[in-house]
Amino acid sequence: MKTDPVLEIKGLSVDYGLGNQAVRAVRDVSLTLNRGEVLGLAGESGSGKSTLAYGLTRLLPPPGVVSAGKVIYYPPGGEPVDVLSLTPAGLREFRWAETSIVFQGAMNSLNPVYKVSTQLIDVLEAHQPGMSRQARTARARELLKMVGISEDRLDAYPHQLSGGMRQRVMIGMALALEPKIVIMDEPTTALDVVMQRQILRQLVDLRKRFDFSVLFITHDLSLLVEFSDRIAIMYGGRIVEQAPASVLYRDSLHPYSDGLLHSFPALRGPRRDLVGIPGSPPDLRSMPSGCSFHPRCPKAFDPCSVDVPVLGTPADLQGPARKVACWLHPIRNSAD
Amino acid sequence: MSYFLRRLAFYVFTAWAALTINFFIPRLIPGDPVSALVNGMRGQIDPAQIQSLTVLFGLDKKQSMWEQYTSYLAQLARGDLGISFGNFPLPVSEVLTQALPWTLLLIGVTTVLSFLLGTLLGVFAGWWRGSWIDGLLPATTFLSSIPYFWLGLIAVALFTGVGSFLPASGGYEPGLVPGWSGEFIDSALRHSLLPAATIIVASVGGWLLAMRNMMVTVTAEDYITVAHAKGLSERRVMMNYAARNALLPSVSGFGMALGLVVGGTFLVEYVFSYPGIGLQMLDAIAKHDYPLIQGIFLVVTLAVLAANFLADLAYMALDPRTRKEG
Repeated sequence: MKTDPVLEIKGLSVDYGLGNQAVRAVRDVSLTLNRGEVLGLAGESGSGKSTLAYGLTRLLPPPGVVSAGKVIYYPPGGEPVDVLSLTPAGLREFRWAETSIVFQGAMNSLNPVYKVSTQLIDVLEAHQPGMSRQARTARARELLKMVGISEDRLDAYPHQLSGGMRQRVMIGMALALEPKIVIMDEPTTALDVVMQRQILRQLVDLRKRFDFSVLFITHDLSLLVEFSDRIAIMYGGRIVEQAPASVLYRDSLHPYSDGLLHSFPALRGPRRDLVGIPGSPPDLRSMPSGCSFHPRCPKAFDPCSVDVPVLGTPADLQGPARKVACWLHPIRNSAD
Repeated sequence: MSYFLRRLAFYVFTAWAALTINFFIPRLIPGDPVSALVNGMRGQIDPAQIQSLTVLFGLDKKQSMWEQYTSYLAQLARGDLGISFGNFPLPVSEVLTQALPWTLLLIGVTTVLSFLLGTLLGVFAGWWRGSWIDGLLPATTFLSSIPYFWLGLIAVALFTGVGSFLPASGGYEPGLVPGWSGEFIDSALRHSLLPAATIIVASVGGWLLAMRNMMVTVTAEDYITVAHAKGLSERRVMMNYAARNALLPSVSGFGMALGLVVGGTFLVEYVFSYPGIGLQMLDAIAKHDYPLIQGIFLVVTLAVLAANFLADLAYMALDPRTRKEG
């Protein structure tokens, strides 16, 4: 297990609104992204996964505010940087050059009135002002080729491209400055399954070539099981379980992870019953006491409705590095 | 290109339809010019004079509607708009060329200015939502909801009078001869300041509100978040990503407004007795001056069509999605 962090999120909380009206969408989340790994972040709609991504890149639309925590970026061979305290100019430089994002809406991520080339090039213009015009065009061409789009599409407008092509363009754009981290916020949700697979394959290849880390956000746990190294599960704004992908798939500890895993059919291996999770995600304005999952949890018992379980390594388990926040698996050392 | 030609054909057809309607409308107005003139003379006119007036205006020929229509079209083709009854014996074309520049300059310039100003303020108000510039909105909306003639009269009452720099009415100092002399231009400018200011005050709010709301809609789009995430400068995101897209609906509105420049603002000219097309039109209607009414309608119609055509072209240039291939 590599433990060379490239991004460390420490106790991040994100609120929507201020004062008494504030709704806490992300609660005290700590998460580490290691160099070169694909970290999957899964959860239902409203669990706070996208908010987490927007929060750590400081792209939260108002009234979203980061109310606590730190986001530390470790540049290769450089001093760690606290992303949340960067100046506006520093932040602009940091964005895309170190952390790029591929957004959910493949259809709307490109500006409809500019050519693909213009939008690929303006990133280069903003971050590498010294680059010559020919060099920029050549780079844009190269980026398109990298994601498997023919060069003559450089002069196309977004509406002339299919959804899959647009998302490829976005992926190409995300790699324009060879960032160390690429955040993918449901990058394939708007696409059909065949296109999903193609794009993810490509992503895996590109990741090998350019060695960036990926924070992959999705509600589709089945994708993560296949494509990510580690998986973190979010519920009600908290990380409830974190484990290597294969471990989580085989033996999930948190009843919520278990529910998610039993919400899609396995293509290989023995048949399993599809169960799903009864009930609906918690209302962030009035979170249940104790563990926020307890009203929907089939295994809830006495302490669940009273105390909030802390994320930690469970005492009853040896072996791979994994963490869970559940009273069924009390953590090894509460001082941890 | 074929799209362009199709648009052009559409506009030619519309122009023809407008010309035809333009032919019929004055003939549907009750009364005729001779009796209007007779009424104007308060009966001090004898039957022989009435007869000669009728002959003079060409109303004695007892032509059928169809004959009148064909000769109307033939005249138009020659650029002959007939002779104005009300400004006899001036031809309509000459009345129009005297009045048009006043309207075009005053209303045209103010329309463009108010569009630019309102749109720019709208960009800022939409971008910095909730800031002081956004707080201008209620004030400008209030100003644009005031009936224009009232705003104009208040302006006249407040800012003009004996010894004031701003004249209350007219297009230039009486006694000056229109021409390219410094004195005349100075006087014309001074006369246009107050009407221009009132037009801008009354119309800037509309542009501001439209642009501000489009900005708010557009800034919620994903590509704006992407532009921020790309680390582009705030100015670039605001102008090239947000405003560039938010502008599109305003462009069609601007095309319409430009088309209405020629005929749409007769209230301004009426309040300030400004010697433009609007004032001529009121005059022509009062005098049953068919040829002049027709001439003005013709100019207004063509202006609206031309402005819409230009707006179409601008839209095609600005929004690639409206361009059809082939």
